[in-house]
Amino acid sequence: RTQSLIRFGQCGNQVGCRFWDLALREHAHVNKKGIYDEALSSFFQNAVLVDMEEGVLSEVLQGPLRQLFSTTQLISDVSGSGNNWAVGHHSYGSVYREQIVDQVRRAAEQCDCLQCFFIIHSMGGGTGSGLGTRVLKLLEDEFPEVCRLVTAVYPSAEDDVITSPYNSVLAMRELTEHADCVLPIENQSLVDIVSKIQHMAHTGKPGSVIKKDSTIISGQGGVAKTEKPFDAMNNIVANLLLNITSSARFEGSLNMDLNEIAMNLVPFPRLHYLVSSLTPLYTLADVNIPTRRLDQMFTDAFSKDHQLMRADPKHNLYLACALMLRGNVQLSDLRRNIERLRPTLSFVQWNTEGWKTGLCSVPPVGHTHSLLALANNTCVKPSFMELRERFVRLYRKKAHLHHYLGVDGMDVSGFSEALSSLTGLIDQYSQLDSTNTAPSQDPPRLNIAC
Amino acid sequence: MSVVTVQLGQCGNQIGPELFSTVYEDSTGAGRKTYQESSRERFFWETSDGVLVARSVLVDMEPKVISQAVAKASKSGKWRYGEKAHFCQKQGSGNNWANGYCVHGPRHKESVEDLVRREVERCDRLAGIFAMMSVAGGTGSGVGTFVTQCLRDMYPQAFILNHLTWPYGTGEVIVQNYNSVLTLSRLYQLSDALVVHENDTVHKICSRLMNIKHISIGDINKVIAHQLGSVLQPAYTGDSPSNYSRNPIGIDWKVCVPSSRGDSVRTGQMGFNRSLANLMILRGKDVSSADAGAFKDPALYVPWLPPDGTFSLWNSPVPFNGYEKSASLVSNSQSLLKPLDNMVRKAWNMFVSRAYMHQYTKFGISEDDFLDSFTTLEQIISSYSHL
Repeated sequence: RTQSLIRFGQCGNQVGCRFWDLALREHAHVNKKGIYDEALSSFFQNAVLVDMEEGVLSEVLQGPLRQLFSTTQLISDVSGSGNNWAVGHHSYGSVYREQIVDQVRRAAEQCDCLQCFFIIHSMGGGTGSGLGTRVLKLLEDEFPEVCRLVTAVYPSAEDDVITSPYNSVLAMRELTEHADCVLPIENQSLVDIVSKIQHMAHTGKPGSVIKKDSTIISGQGGVAKTEKPFDAMNNIVANLLLNITSSARFEGSLNMDLNEIAMNLVPFPRLHYLVSSLTPLYTLADVNIPTRRLDQMFTDAFSKDHQLMRADPKHNLYLACALMLRGNVQLSDLRRNIERLRPTLSFVQWNTEGWKTGLCSVPPVGHTHSLLALANNTCVKPSFMELRERFVRLYRKKAHLHHYLGVDGMDVSGFSEALSSLTGLIDQYSQLDSTNTAPSQDPPRLNIAC
Repeated sequence: MSVVTVQLGQCGNQIGPELFSTVYEDSTGAGRKTYQESSRERFFWETSDGVLVARSVLVDMEPKVISQAVAKASKSGKWRYGEKAHFCQKQGSGNNWANGYCVHGPRHKESVEDLVRREVERCDRLAGIFAMMSVAGGTGSGVGTFVTQCLRDMYPQAFILNHLTWPYGTGEVIVQNYNSVLTLSRLYQLSDALVVHENDTVHKICSRLMNIKHISIGDINKVIAHQLGSVLQPAYTGDSPSNYSRNPIGIDWKVCVPSSRGDSVRTGQMGFNRSLANLMILRGKDVSSADAGAFKDPALYVPWLPPDGTFSLWNSPVPFNGYEKSASLVSNSQSLLKPLDNMVRKAWNMFVSRAYMHQYTKFGISEDDFLDSFTTLEQIISSYSHL
């Protein structure tokens, strides 16, 4: 069973590299003899890397992971998209459409069973955002039965790309309509996690020494020898992907497939934005300090410090929640913690036991156990509202609009439709929130003639 | 008399090997020749080199669990699975009953039927088919229901027994109640008997009766296998008091409460749980002198069934699985009413909001199909309530 990984733009390709590096590390750890195991090999044939300027891709081709990819898997152009969604989506989209579909098809044919497309890109730029979402549509057309899971990095409010709100909202409409699942990631959250770990590493307090290579920002032990800027943040996202795919790559007593994630966490087609949180962030080195109790790990998974997006699920409404446990954790630990945490969380009236659980035996490198939580929660609404605000502020003044409208295939309706798509999405979340305040009463059951 | 087991989905393929190990160990450790032969005949066949092969067909839509089951059995050196006795695919059913029932089931109907046919034809005399599955997921529940239907068509006279594992009430698969409703409403018509184990109840057995501190899925599965083994292993029955019974199942029951060792009929919070019929199996020392009189009390049963049909007692002098004395109770009573009602209630709540409907309709299960299933289950609930 395989997944195809398609990475777009600078962000996508950099995160992707961290993913391969850490995946290699994870499997090398399990296969001490360094044998290229079957589970992993199914991954590597199946990557397609796309960027419209050369810098990042040529690094990949020259870097230590170059042997994993053949040049045909890389699709590139020279001048980039100028942070313009329309250029990525319409111009490059049309030019490279065939080539990308071909390359993906070739990769897909190598899979004996293609289960999922992983697509990684940022929202704020031009290539990842524009071309990435164009390809998303193509994938839906060409491979309608294959799940499309998008890891999308959203810009922070202080993003240095002025037009990032345009790019993000235009892309969001595509994600809402054509993706099966989206994992929004916010750069600011990644920054916060990195600084939290670095702070911990430097306090010098006794009993707070972090075990080497055990943080989720660490790339140590991987193939790539030097640490580049953004590596720490990108490692976090890479770890997210490793955790989501762990059940497909390793054995466990309760497998949790990617198809199952999409099935259980998406009650209505457009409401497929999942907040992810990872724990632990690091493992303490001092063996004399008792390992943090497992229960703490569960509590942490529901704390904002561990989320890859700034949101407040605890004070909003859960539609569904998935817990993927790795390592030395037992079923009873899982059940006990669900029962413990459940009363502190609000679940929508028709899904009060909305938990999807998985147990994988193999933990991430450097840890004895780990937990990934994926929440479908109305807490994403404020982030989307903020994004809409930023979009509207620019759009009202028609700022920079001509850069977009000048592109063939792009017109004003694209903007207004994208805006109303986002508004519609926000409204759907609002409607669900309103059900939370109404007194909960079971709907009357079917009346049957006795 | 032989039983052909069909292991379906992750759950079925995890409990199945535990069951075979349990009955193997029990029959081997007992040191009683007739018992051992009878048990082995029931569950295994022997190759020319004397290797015991389970009479089992393994079905799953992804390969990992079956691989583990087959490998573990082979490594034990005691028994193994047939080399070509399994069927699997790669992509899984995604916890989607509709995907299992409407897509995978029909697509692989012939392959699975062939495998079962081969096992059935290998038996000198078929006692029945034992299908093992969960109701919460996609393959066990969806493909399992479809396969049960096929088996019913293939063998209209055969005794078909389904073992069903019910998920934790606090949620392990979000759409578990949908998958359960779709499964139970159909199996009720197709199957001769449904033996139910609820994860919640087995979990309590592990924690309170067995004092296991860190309960794993393996622990849960072993308890289930132990209870099933204690029911399915040979015993002297009413019709066959001196030979090990040819038919492992003596009474006609539909939905059953998990067996408990030595407990009397469970009384639920709703008050007293009336029974349709109970089967008690005693194994070990002094079984012939045991007094099961309390179970014959007519007050326990519905008044409109003849008293001699309501309580059956089997026994075997052979201690089961190392326990000097053990008792198993298989019960067709109102005990399962509350869990069933809860499950339907939650599924209905979700259905009213139409949540997840698009996931089912895209594979061919419509809202009307759901309504039919709900209707069937409400009728069953009503029937049991009015016992």
